[in-house]
Amino acid sequence: MKRPSTFLYTVLSFGFAFLYVPIFVVMVYSFNDSRLATVWGGFSTRWYTALLKNQQILDAALLSLEIAVVSATLATLLGTLAGLALNRMGRYRGRTVFTGMIAAPLVMPEVITGLSLLLLFVSLKELIGWPDSRGANTITIAHITFSMAYVAVIVQSRLAAMDQSLEEAAMDLGGRPFAVARDITLPLIAPAMIAGWLLAFTLSLDDLVIASFTSGAGASTLPMVIFSKVKLGITPEVNALATIIIAIVTVGVLIAGWIVLRQRQHGSNRPEAGAPGD
Amino acid sequence: MNTGSGDRTGVAGGACSGTPWRDPKQQPFIEVRSLTKRFGDFTAVNNIDLHIYRGELFTILGGSGCGKSTLLRMLAGFEEPSEGRILIDGLDITDMPPYERPVNMMFQSYAVFPHMTVEQNIAYGLKKEKLPRDTVRQRVKEMLELVQLPELARRKPQQLSGGQQQRVALARALIKRPKVLLLDEPLAALDKKLREQTQFELMNLQDQLGITFVVVTHDQEEAMTLATRIAVMRAGSFVQIGTPSEVYEFPRNLYVADFFGSINIFDATVISWENQDITVELDGTGTRIQTRHPKTLASGSRCQVGIRPEKVLISKKPPEGAGQTVTRGVVQDLAYYGNRSIYRVRSEAGRVIQVSAQNYQRSAELLLEWDDEVFLSWDSSCSVVMTE
Repeated sequence: MKRPSTFLYTVLSFGFAFLYVPIFVVMVYSFNDSRLATVWGGFSTRWYTALLKNQQILDAALLSLEIAVVSATLATLLGTLAGLALNRMGRYRGRTVFTGMIAAPLVMPEVITGLSLLLLFVSLKELIGWPDSRGANTITIAHITFSMAYVAVIVQSRLAAMDQSLEEAAMDLGGRPFAVARDITLPLIAPAMIAGWLLAFTLSLDDLVIASFTSGAGASTLPMVIFSKVKLGITPEVNALATIIIAIVTVGVLIAGWIVLRQRQHGSNRPEAGAPGD
Repeated sequence: MNTGSGDRTGVAGGACSGTPWRDPKQQPFIEVRSLTKRFGDFTAVNNIDLHIYRGELFTILGGSGCGKSTLLRMLAGFEEPSEGRILIDGLDITDMPPYERPVNMMFQSYAVFPHMTVEQNIAYGLKKEKLPRDTVRQRVKEMLELVQLPELARRKPQQLSGGQQQRVALARALIKRPKVLLLDEPLAALDKKLREQTQFELMNLQDQLGITFVVVTHDQEEAMTLATRIAVMRAGSFVQIGTPSEVYEFPRNLYVADFFGSINIFDATVISWENQDITVELDGTGTRIQTRHPKTLASGSRCQVGIRPEKVLISKKPPEGAGQTVTRGVVQDLAYYGNRSIYRVRSEAGRVIQVSAQNYQRSAELLLEWDDEVFLSWDSSCSVVMTE
């Protein structure tokens, strides 16, 4: 094989530098002893200690985690059902439309999603008196609606790759529909569900725009607190917080990626089916 | 149709003794009554009647889209018939869900559960029957030995070859001791060597267990070697049902004749038919052939006469003996296969006749060459008269 040219190496280095230097800078400055965020004053972990004593940030972090866990779990449940429905209802009129519609929230600008959800909550309150105030509940609902789409897409692609005669075989061997779902379908789509959950969790933890639209007084998620703090100037405390978040997100993405990769390897090991029947 | 045909049941399916389908007093084991399946406007299976007897290895053969898989899926319970009934051993199973039927299936893709070990796969059906753990363990062990996989019990399916996966699928279906085992293209995914081996193993297993097998395939060779009887299916209906030698030697029509191996076809006119003795005249040459045909045909009606390439003798000298159909021709093409040679001979009437000849003499040179003048002859009774 020919050795890649110096040019390719240069392009590659610049590309990765462009992506990761800013993040790296934040991580380095989180260990900065100086109060001025842009002047290096020696190594220290004091901003991490300060962070742990900042009740506002801790509350926000807890709220974010709560919302992320609840919305990811519910989104996985609903998204899996949606994926199953799309995959199993056979060929009906408008199937393509529905498949497209479930993917639409993936590309919808967040500002629009946030705005439309805000309008929905406001008009719901006028119509049925619920939700009486916006806060953690409305943010959770908002997060479910968009992360559900991601789960549905992941689960659906897993189901599409799955040999449907597996379920028929289980039924043929005496499995009733519920047993088949528990013994065969669920274990086989579990990796997709876990990947979906992790993605939904990460998306919820990251989200600023939609949360800002759908939140009310008193409920501030972590990204909202950071954003408002940064408006007053970058503090080393925020750098420390950012580093922790980067670490959590990285771990989440790595696990999700590993699961998806493993699942793909399983898929490629399946025996080649022979000539298709009729 | 049965006249003089050899009976292969003694070779192929030991579990099925004799020829129950010729005995009107025999009760069919599987009885399909006017079964129809429609998908929207499309009729996949069209008003089929079928009797399969206990211990048979029955093959349903047809091209893709002929409805054979739909028929099999209705037997398994995955498709609901639009009309008609299915009975197994006297029990009407038409409205039974798949998990209650005394029928098991081996899928074309094998459908081995990827997240379970070989052992767990095989045990699955028995666990669903809620049998005691010891019984399950004992029967799984027996089954593993039967399909010669005991050392692979704890492997996952990804670690198995295609042939091994097939054995797992087979063991998993057989362990339920079904009354009928359905096999969907059982040999399609295997390579040639393994196919032949598996073919004999399937036949032996069937012989040992005495379970009635229903096989669906598109491969005529697979059907010929496995089956006690073959049902040739086309566009949702059966064209012919018979033993392998019946469908090969006495094809009911051109479709069946052409499906099994090659055949030379001549257009002809019926001269006379009396008590199954028929005389026909070939177009062009005016050659008259006397053979047998079970159905009444009016004098002057059109028909086709077929002759299998291996039934035709090729020689440089004119053949002797009566009752032969003889024609002259020139060797246009030949292919040497070692054990046999295929000749394409252009006859005097200008048609090309294919001949398959055993090379029973040992010779480094070809006994017949291109452009040799030859005589073709065959026993007239080997000719098949077809009307469709």
